[in-house]
Amino acid sequence: MKVLVAVKRVIDYNVKVRVKPDNTGVDLANVKMAMNPFCEIAVEEAVRLKEKGDASEIVVVSIGPKAAQEQIRTALALGADRGIHIETDEDVQSLEAAKLLKAVVEKEEPKMVILGKQSIDSDNNQTGQMLAALTGMGQGTFASEVVVEGDKVNVTREVDGGLMTVALNLPAVVTTDLRLNEPRYASLPNIMKAKKKPLDSMSPADLGVEVAPRLSTLKVEAPAARQPGVKVADVAELVDKLKNEAKVI
Amino acid sequence: MSILVIAEHDNSSLKQATLNVVAAAKAIGGDIDVLVAGENVGAVAESAAKADGVNKVLVADNAAYGHFLAENLGELVAEVGKGYSHILSAAGTTGKDFMPRVAALLDVAQVSDIVRVESDDTFVRPIYAGNAIATVKASDSIKVVTVRPTAFDPVAAEGGSASVEQLDVVKDAGLSAFVSEQKAESDRPDLSSAGVVISGGRGMQNGENFKMLEQVADLLGAAVGASRAAVDAGFVPNDMQVGQTGKIVAPQLYVAVGISGAIQHLAGMSDSKVIVAINKDEEAPIFQVADYGLVADLFEAVPQFEEELKKVL
Repeated sequence: MKVLVAVKRVIDYNVKVRVKPDNTGVDLANVKMAMNPFCEIAVEEAVRLKEKGDASEIVVVSIGPKAAQEQIRTALALGADRGIHIETDEDVQSLEAAKLLKAVVEKEEPKMVILGKQSIDSDNNQTGQMLAALTGMGQGTFASEVVVEGDKVNVTREVDGGLMTVALNLPAVVTTDLRLNEPRYASLPNIMKAKKKPLDSMSPADLGVEVAPRLSTLKVEAPAARQPGVKVADVAELVDKLKNEAKVI
Repeated sequence: MSILVIAEHDNSSLKQATLNVVAAAKAIGGDIDVLVAGENVGAVAESAAKADGVNKVLVADNAAYGHFLAENLGELVAEVGKGYSHILSAAGTTGKDFMPRVAALLDVAQVSDIVRVESDDTFVRPIYAGNAIATVKASDSIKVVTVRPTAFDPVAAEGGSASVEQLDVVKDAGLSAFVSEQKAESDRPDLSSAGVVISGGRGMQNGENFKMLEQVADLLGAAVGASRAAVDAGFVPNDMQVGQTGKIVAPQLYVAVGISGAIQHLAGMSDSKVIVAINKDEEAPIFQVADYGLVADLFEAVPQFEEELKKVL
């Protein structure tokens, strides 16, 4: 079974996000970038499927600027077999990303596509579901467990109030939640080996997809800060304040 | 303008989040219809018809929608919704699951998790885990939008008298099937809509100690939450997680116990009306957002808190 994994280059999750003074966006100049954490979980799951014998080949794809090849190499070092880079400096929104990935799916014909449930920059939580709809596949979103059984996959999903398991016909789309697995670190020999793994580069036009944003960002602001509060001396004072000052109990 | 709101429910009762989404629809302005899709949803449709501001309730009652499978709901909503200017749902795990399918089938963009309506095509939403707030304008003819329920005050549940219309549209994509579910059994209110939330962090040390919080929660009629650190450490299940990667809450009172206040946690609770932090580390960032901070060992403070509450409640 061939597995396609999509990964995104985003601001490193440890970096403090700063809004640009002109309110046009977030300052990404000279900021550490990394693979989106949910995408790391997607790569790890694919590698585990391969280790279990469920997957035979892992193809990793990323859409973005030249530098996104770093994240593809990271995925190759973690165990993916080859990479596809769709190179563009445009702002690729979820629907266009899904259309680009659909074109890759049509070429590669994977049995499963694994993506992170959302990226930590735009926080949209859309691309996997859109890809599934465009390709006519079923979807197991927010997965905490993935079990392949013949021509089906059972996906346990993290939903409001608990867990829900669905059975999907393959091919299917899976999006990862936090508890699906704990991603491994790439070893130095594997990082070296990854440099020799094949990586194809192409443009959105090569795939016949026009990247035209449908949403325009008018402004980006820092969130309103909360007014500083007070320290209370003990529990009695706390309960008194909650009852008589804040009136919330 | 005409707005289709997709009701959130469990086949037996309408979830309050639907009323929050109707409020967002009212802020956009126009005729508001509510679609109730599920199995044996007569009572849900009746509740939806009573909600303030609803023009018409459309009911798609079929086993294909009984478990809210995204493949089936997506096709249904795309078909019913194509005559509307806006399609709205709550940004819970159900809406997040099927709404992007609707958008893709209609070939339009989706605006996720809005917290404010600026106009009929311009919305405000948090990005970067709430560290930045974006104002975005949608250019498509149909706006597919998910709404953060806690950001909108709910419309009245009673007082409306919408007509109810049965739809004869059955969409079964045949791609997926429900297998099983494990619902967390609890008499406490739902985390996302509770008026009071008490959450524990890594400082709780283990899952057993969350019983202390549960006792306080039962006094206050509160839901119990947790930080990602507590979930990652295995103390409690992930559906209790409050934060950017978990539940977004905005109760009247939020009590953070043994939670340091990582950015990702703050993104999930900093819209709460009153925040209390109990932590022994006075440098903990949670104190920067707390209205009332208590620097104390939680294992002494929480039992005292319970006793003091018993005196005044």
